[in-house]
Amino acid sequence: MTTTEIDNNTGLVTQEYKINMGPQHPAAHGVLRLVLTLNGEIIEKVEPDLGYIHRGIEKMTERDTYKQIVHLTDRLDYLSSHINNEAVCLAVENALEIEVSDRVKVIRTIIGELTRLASHQLWWGVMGMDIGALTTFMYAFRDRELINDIMEETCGTRLTMNYNKPGGLMFDIHPNFQKRVKEFIKQFKVSLPEYNTLLSGNVIFKKRLQGIGYMSKEDAIAYGVSGPSARGSNISCDVRKIHPYSAYDKVDFKEILIEGGDSYDRYMVRMFEMEESMKIIEQLIDNIPEGDFETKTSAILKLPKGEYYQKVESARGEFGVFIVSDGKKSPYRMKFRSPGFANLSILDKISRGHKIADLVAIMSSLDFVIPDIDR
Amino acid sequence: MTNTELQTLMSSWMDGLEFADEGVQHLTITVGKENLRNLMLKLRDGEGAFDYMFSLTAVDWGKERGMVYHLESTKHRHIIVVHVTTDDEVLDSIHDIYPTAILNEREAFDLMGITFNGHPDLRRLFLQDDWVGHPLRKDYVDEANMIVR
Repeated sequence: MTTTEIDNNTGLVTQEYKINMGPQHPAAHGVLRLVLTLNGEIIEKVEPDLGYIHRGIEKMTERDTYKQIVHLTDRLDYLSSHINNEAVCLAVENALEIEVSDRVKVIRTIIGELTRLASHQLWWGVMGMDIGALTTFMYAFRDRELINDIMEETCGTRLTMNYNKPGGLMFDIHPNFQKRVKEFIKQFKVSLPEYNTLLSGNVIFKKRLQGIGYMSKEDAIAYGVSGPSARGSNISCDVRKIHPYSAYDKVDFKEILIEGGDSYDRYMVRMFEMEESMKIIEQLIDNIPEGDFETKTSAILKLPKGEYYQKVESARGEFGVFIVSDGKKSPYRMKFRSPGFANLSILDKISRGHKIADLVAIMSSLDFVIPDIDR
Repeated sequence: MTNTELQTLMSSWMDGLEFADEGVQHLTITVGKENLRNLMLKLRDGEGAFDYMFSLTAVDWGKERGMVYHLESTKHRHIIVVHVTTDDEVLDSIHDIYPTAILNEREAFDLMGITFNGHPDLRRLFLQDDWVGHPLRKDYVDEANMIVR
């Protein structure tokens, strides 16, 4: 479109203009500013402006010890905190060839899946809310509370757990852990179909999502999109399947793949993933092997000189930790590959031509957590 | 493809590549900055089918700075690491080969001060436009905001 058009009959002036969405926008769930170039209500360009919650975590790691760094990572994607912690621990354990017991692997997997469930529940609640269905938020938070209670009892914290450490876990599971997890699974097996009745089949909801924000398979790979967002475009990218870690090679679960690539497909991937997560937990919860919950390590760990990369599947996609070590107690350089950052880069491409209200739906279907993007 | 096969394949494309296979997690290739774009094009379109660049890291190696690229093939599932360094803070942009580099190169420019030739929109990403210096450099000093241990 040319910058200014004047209608000959009416004299009305149409011009391209820019507006800010955010940094304080309720649908962004954090401080993300998008500069939108609009033609009427049609989006022509989306430019993300980042850094409102940039804390320089990568620079901070260069002065901390590896055991301290674990505690910084759950401030990245706070909804996948346990999984982020696990990534750093796995990287350090692999570099130092520390063997952890099967008990640790199984507990890490169970808590990881509980984290994924809690994250998807929250996402589902706010997804409905963004589209205008406020009830979903109440349903999701009711069920998420049960997971948070389990976390509080076993890990000591509800959100940023810090339950992992290089060599194992901070402490053993609480005696009530298995009982409460089973209670939760029993309850959530009833709630999840309720979620589908309430929202997934809703005609208005479907019309708001279907055909909106189409992401082709080729684009998604080229932009580095991962996680449920990529699996909605039929890309097999589940790190739990492709590069298994902890106990994921011992459990039977499906990688959810949906062809289509629009917002509704990305939504459905997460809905099915919750079922798979429950399946994983059910297989493990009665079979937690006996053993030590930690392998003793010295207070200060020094990684041998070299480069280490560890990837895990967080609730948002592929979370990676890249460590360059020069043999000292702190890393020489540490990089966090955040799934949200890569998923954000495709936002401009898939939102062009849609309306502002659709952008809200697209953002929800990509499930951003802003501290994860800003680091 | 095995690491040896990948090495043979890449050596047939161009000279001047250095390979590290022993004592590293993934096959690591060091390329001169003049060959970077050429190599990336061949990696994406060639037999290795490295279509998924999952990580771009700017590293300050002391005397020079550079980028570390992690690539994976969604078809064969093999992973390689590409190293490139620059002594004058300038590298060629690969944003048109791997679009994921658009934001990642802006991040590298912002935090490490590497300029990318041909990048369409090279501005600071996280820090304010009037910020002085590039924090991820080893010689960066900020007495007000940094606690040095």
